[in-house]
Amino acid sequence: LLSQQLRLNERDLHDTTVTDGSSFNASMQTSPASMINQYKFEEDAEDTKDIFVTVDNPESHVTAIETYITYRVVTKTTRSEFDSSEFEVRRRYQDFLWLKGRLEEAHPTLIVHPLPEKFVVKGMVERFNEDFIETRRRALHRFLNKIAEHPIFSSSEDFKIFLTAASGELTSYKKQGPGFLSRMGETVKAVAAAVRGVRNRPQEFTEMQEYVEAFSQKISSLDKVTQRIVREQKEYLEELKECGPTYALWSQSEEELAEPLKDVAGCVDRCCKETEEQVKNLNDNLIPVLHEYALCTETLKAVLRRRDNIQADFEAKTEALATKKADRDTMRDDLDKAEDRLEWANNALKSDWTRWQKDMRTDLRSAFVDTAERNVNYYEKCLAVWESFLHSQRTDAEGNGNVDFS
Amino acid sequence: MADSGSEEIAVIGNTDLTPSESENNLKNTMVEKGTSLLKMMEISVAEAEKRTGKNAVNMQETYTVYLIETRPVDAASEGTNPVPDSLWRRYSEFELLRNYLLVTYPFSVVPPLPEKRAEFVWHKLSADNMDPDFVERRRVGLENFLLRVASHPDLSSDKIFYSFLTEENGWKETVFETGFQAKADSRLKALNATFRVKNPDKRFAEMKHYGDELQSVISQLLRVRARAADRLYGVYKVHGNYGRVFSEWSAIEKEMGDGLQSAGHHMDAYAASVDDILEEEEHYADQLKEYLFYADALRAVCRKHELTQYELEMAAQDLTSKKQQREELATGTIRTFSLKGMTSKLFGQETPEQREAKLKMLETQIEEGEELVKERNAECEEFVKSAWVDIERFKEQKDHDLREALISYAIMQISMCKKGIQVWNNAKECFSKM
Repeated sequence: LLSQQLRLNERDLHDTTVTDGSSFNASMQTSPASMINQYKFEEDAEDTKDIFVTVDNPESHVTAIETYITYRVVTKTTRSEFDSSEFEVRRRYQDFLWLKGRLEEAHPTLIVHPLPEKFVVKGMVERFNEDFIETRRRALHRFLNKIAEHPIFSSSEDFKIFLTAASGELTSYKKQGPGFLSRMGETVKAVAAAVRGVRNRPQEFTEMQEYVEAFSQKISSLDKVTQRIVREQKEYLEELKECGPTYALWSQSEEELAEPLKDVAGCVDRCCKETEEQVKNLNDNLIPVLHEYALCTETLKAVLRRRDNIQADFEAKTEALATKKADRDTMRDDLDKAEDRLEWANNALKSDWTRWQKDMRTDLRSAFVDTAERNVNYYEKCLAVWESFLHSQRTDAEGNGNVDFS
Repeated sequence: MADSGSEEIAVIGNTDLTPSESENNLKNTMVEKGTSLLKMMEISVAEAEKRTGKNAVNMQETYTVYLIETRPVDAASEGTNPVPDSLWRRYSEFELLRNYLLVTYPFSVVPPLPEKRAEFVWHKLSADNMDPDFVERRRVGLENFLLRVASHPDLSSDKIFYSFLTEENGWKETVFETGFQAKADSRLKALNATFRVKNPDKRFAEMKHYGDELQSVISQLLRVRARAADRLYGVYKVHGNYGRVFSEWSAIEKEMGDGLQSAGHHMDAYAASVDDILEEEEHYADQLKEYLFYADALRAVCRKHELTQYELEMAAQDLTSKKQQREELATGTIRTFSLKGMTSKLFGQETPEQREAKLKMLETQIEEGEELVKERNAECEEFVKSAWVDIERFKEQKDHDLREALISYAIMQISMCKKGIQVWNNAKECFSKM
């Protein structure tokens, strides 16, 4: 985990982040102030969605070395940067990982939506199990849509290539980027920065960190609670499934009671189906969202760490300038660049933090509202089942003149 | 389907009937049936109390006693409401009463007692006989038993039953004085012996088979239901965790805080609601249990029929063989092998005087045998007639009661669904304010 963190950190200390054309539109200016303006502008443009991305149609590929799944990614857009208005490509999980990595490298203090995990061992029998593939497909779909909705990420060149390049093109494009030796150099710098630590972290980022810590616990608890509910529901369903057939068996020994017993058996069976549906809903809708936001907290922690490292680097360079006597001009230059980088990182994080919070609120609210609604529907359906049984019993009785129900 | 639900509510009427109300309906039906006893007095098992005392082997024991209250019907309706007559009885005395009734009215399907030990329990329910919930449900069951007996056309006029309700002291002695114990012992021996009936009444054979099936299927239903109740409890209670986490989460949020907090309260309410739901279901389980034990009573009647039939067949068989012996003796032909016959062949014939004596003895025996067969035949016919009347009565009662039970089960499910709809609608509103 530490090595992963350092690999990400190495890029933000590399000078190319400001001028790396592969991650920005050529028209973008490079000063921090204009960056801030860019973000604000993009937020207002939320309502006019001009790009639509879907992930579907998983297919299995078998080669001599491995078996893997690809997903179809369809893009429909009116943006001028795209050569055409519709694209269809096939991508595998590795490709999504690559895209995520590129976006994080280019924007160390922006929040990238998490990808579904590589391989969930617990409860998974086979990587190519149908449910697993479907869950992953939905998560990949959400991932790309979050990228497309993000004011900065959606204009990323890497994103564009991901959506439009043919498989061969993508492979060769991926091979570009800093070489092995330069990456090693960056790693050394990154370790130094991490060890140094930050001295004067602004209060707001400390508060952010505390919030992320607390939020992480809560969301993880919610994930666990919901999984437990699903488990209990499944076990309840197993028992309930035996009730209907028992009533049916009983009806075979009876005369007068045969009809009502058969009806009760039918009602119980129908309620079983509704319960099954409800469990599936929880699994397909609420759990993935909670799970994603649990993964989000890891991203947030990493983002905060990277911001801290950028500040640590700036603080170190400030100190160096104060104490060293030689090379003052180069050092001042370095310091200015570090200061710019810090200011830019802080503003980027602040903006994206607001955006992320808004998104989180919307996503979780709608997930819980949706769950509550489905529960209401479940009970309404079961209610109707039993009410129709009552109705049939009462009309029967009144018809036969047997019992007075007043 | 869900849309038409609201229309159907108007047609159906009151679906808010609680199990205790439906139990009252049951009692009213029994009272309305109107045996002379019930027309005269109101019967109830009002309370239960713990007592300690020395038992038969002089050891300290704790046991529960139940307060039986009787009140003359007229007084209550006049509105004067006098203090009811009451006495305390323990479970073993109820058992004694029932055993007496079983022996004295072998052709009646005698109402069962509530279970001696808690069975078919799911985890939260205690299997302990001293547990207050168990005692309470047993109190209700005992009251039910008394009302069932009091509404039975034959049992209700029994004097021992009447004194059970009215005479606290010396009742036990009165029961033993009837000598039913001796009859009980011999009957028990006979019932437990295996015997083959050549011509069982087909109806009784079918009834016994039905009793077997009923017992088996209700046992299965009670087992499955108990396991499902256990699981349902788990589902509801885990939602309580939502309440806790939402509350904690709301503390770190600004705009989302209120919505989360109030949603959390509804999750707590949801989790708590399962206790009432499952308690109501226990009433339903008790109704099923009564008929589980009734199945046993039904089978007992069928078994007793077999016994009387067997005794008749034995007597008839005996008579036939005696008649045959007489014929052989009279005509001198030996058709059946007998040791006497062989020895007389070997050692010479009997004297005419000896034969005459033997014939006379056989004639007497045959006369007695014919009387016995007549008696037993009459017994059998009488038993079949009486038993079948009570079985038909029982069938009607069973069909009515179990149908009511199924309806009350449906009502419970509806109530549970309505509560669920309310809670989740409330939660939904809170969530939308998040």
